[in-house]
Amino acid sequence: MDAETLSRVQFALTASFHFIYPPLSMGLGLMLVILGIIYIRTRNPMWRQLSFFWVKVYGLIFALGVATGIVQEFEFGMNWADYSRFVGNVFGSLLAAEGVFAFALEGGFLGLMLFGGNRLGPRLWLFSIFMVTFGAHFSALWILMANSWMQTPQGYVVENGRAVMTSFSEVVFTPSFIPRLLHVFAASWTVGAALMCSVSAWYLLKKRNVELAKANMKVALPVFVLFATLNVFVFGANMAIEVTNNQPLKLASMEGLYQSESCARMYLVGWVDETTQTTTGISIPCLLSFLAYQDIHATVQGIDSFAPEPVPPVNLVFQVYHFMIDMGPALAAIGVLAGLMFLWKRRLFESRFVLSLLVLTVFVGEATITAGWWTAEIGRQPWVVYKVLMTADGVSPTLSALDVVLSVGMFIVLYGLLLVLFLYLLNRRIQEGPEPLEEVETVPMSSLPDTFRDIFSRRPRAADAGESE
Amino acid sequence: MTLNDVWFLLFILIIAGYLILDGFDMGVGILLLPLAHNDTERRIFLNSIGPIWDGNEVWLVIGGGVLFAVFPLVYASLFSGLYLAFALVLLVLILRTVSLEFRSKENGARWRQTWDVVFAAASIGLAILLGLAFGNLLEGLPIDADGNMTTSLIALLTPFALLVGITTVAMFAVQGGIYLLIKTDGELHARIERAVPRLLVTFFVLNTLVVVALVLFHDQITKRYVEDIWPVIFPAGALAALVAAWVYVRRGEAFRAFIASSAMIALLLISGGIGLYPNLIISTIDPAYSLTIFNAASADNTLVICLIFAIIGIPFILAYTTGVYYIFRGKTVVDSHGY
Repeated sequence: MDAETLSRVQFALTASFHFIYPPLSMGLGLMLVILGIIYIRTRNPMWRQLSFFWVKVYGLIFALGVATGIVQEFEFGMNWADYSRFVGNVFGSLLAAEGVFAFALEGGFLGLMLFGGNRLGPRLWLFSIFMVTFGAHFSALWILMANSWMQTPQGYVVENGRAVMTSFSEVVFTPSFIPRLLHVFAASWTVGAALMCSVSAWYLLKKRNVELAKANMKVALPVFVLFATLNVFVFGANMAIEVTNNQPLKLASMEGLYQSESCARMYLVGWVDETTQTTTGISIPCLLSFLAYQDIHATVQGIDSFAPEPVPPVNLVFQVYHFMIDMGPALAAIGVLAGLMFLWKRRLFESRFVLSLLVLTVFVGEATITAGWWTAEIGRQPWVVYKVLMTADGVSPTLSALDVVLSVGMFIVLYGLLLVLFLYLLNRRIQEGPEPLEEVETVPMSSLPDTFRDIFSRRPRAADAGESE
Repeated sequence: MTLNDVWFLLFILIIAGYLILDGFDMGVGILLLPLAHNDTERRIFLNSIGPIWDGNEVWLVIGGGVLFAVFPLVYASLFSGLYLAFALVLLVLILRTVSLEFRSKENGARWRQTWDVVFAAASIGLAILLGLAFGNLLEGLPIDADGNMTTSLIALLTPFALLVGITTVAMFAVQGGIYLLIKTDGELHARIERAVPRLLVTFFVLNTLVVVALVLFHDQITKRYVEDIWPVIFPAGALAALVAAWVYVRRGEAFRAFIASSAMIALLLISGGIGLYPNLIISTIDPAYSLTIFNAASADNTLVICLIFAIIGIPFILAYTTGVYYIFRGKTVVDSHGY
């Protein structure tokens, strides 16, 4: 393999591995904000105990997200130097904004979030959790903005072989930006809520921490049902329209549609034979036309009608896309089923079958969101900036295959190790369960500062007084 | 002063911020094994940086993003040209991050010792790599007519760059040691207090060697100081800050010593930057190929937009970072909840 292919492999590997963590940071962050608000309103210590537990889980997820995120920032320059030269004016400035506005917020407040339980009163602790979560979302916003510019570039001209910005607002609000933002945010909230549902369901199955798990489930399940459902019927459907309008060739590839068709069918499962240009599988007639144009008779353009435009690897795009659209509704269905079982005299808590399904949701959710990301990124190939710069033309001209073999090898070993350790430690934490409040609270809560004025008042805090022990 | 000059200065200040802040937590890692003798002491070391080191590393991410946006040609040439060196930087950055987080999640002595060693080694490794990179920037790199460079990892290991690498380790050890003086007490504090002056002397000797080597072998950096005398205030200021750090350490005023050593790091970086100006990477093939703050920069409108980002964003970061440090002020105590 040459340096370019290896660089593609490395980027796919590192980006996919990184992408495990940010949706969880956003979704779990949102759930922690909700837990914090409930605690402050009810003052029931159960919620505080859950916060201590989930914040520790959050620390682990965040550490991996940060560690693997820096790789992404460096890799553009390392492996994709010509891409970086081309887009620096536009794409670079969005990454810089991400660092200054968003990542700094997350990194700055993370310490307070992780250690705030014994440093801050519940309101200020909630404030720091909110700031980290807000930072995580704000960070994702800039990254999605930058990526959306790559999908639907505008607001620039090419001068001396480099893209130069002509309108910052056009760069920010590219046509794909808002639909993709909504879709990814809702997916992240789904995955975060799924993590809580999954762990709570596990405890209920094992009859451990039962009261806590029931309470946690009551908060997480509605969030999960809401966003899993919205993401299929509203945000996901909206994405289909966006792709139809802006990247119709990508849409045709996602469905393996070679010839333009009116009343175009949509597959549930299938296989694309790229040599014979045929797609076979189980399909629903006219559904694609309806989703793309809200008209079952509308004609959807096939891949052939775009010739001689270069085409992405159609079957791969088809498969990852169909994984997403099969699993997304499945998640929503599990959520709705669980919700109905809950409403039906709380039978959810006794149903081993539905609880087992809920345990699976976080894994399925992670796989689904990754499949969605792959659809977006592979569906754009062979372009890195859609219809402007080929991925092959973006690679660093000075790289040797050996260089990239060494770095790919390093990442495979390192990330493999990190994944094993992450799952091992996450599992340990879950098996241990939420610790009793007496054990995690090392400082009486009443002595902790709970307003900004308390922090900067000079009165000695109990935390300091405790040091002489 | 052009927009490009403003960004050159601002970029140097962002990197200085990174070196000052991540410098002290790297320093804590460098000193972890030599100075902390048991698990409790090591936990004090790690918990002293635990809640804030993430915020410190932010400055590296900002620096990377700013370089990409403002001087994209340097970002592209440097990161792709020094490919394997940057791969190693990523390796040690990742190991540092996860070792701190993983360590506390298990109680076994072997587990904790392993992650302590990983953290210490990664901290030393990162300091050396940053020093090597800076040393190579001062020496110049083989930038060709297209702005690319092809070089190997071995070729970066020049005697001068290695000297800068070791000097950087000493500099961060000083910075970390002084930070620990603020954060510790008792016998541990006394031990660190004995070590810091020795580290300061070591750093002073090494840094003097760097300056001598620059004067003897790399007059492209030092000639600016010969042509024009006023820039000498920056290296002179660094020397004054170093002396001040020494005096404050002796007097037991750790916080002031920390301010002094932070100022020293910033002034040293500025001194190096003045030597490079207006180049960012000096070409060793032909000076005409050098990447400068003008030929490697983005267009003016991007520079203006990024400047607006910085003017809005950076004061905020400084404000809440100060708040967070204030909340975690005082001597570090270890409880069941930390690292």
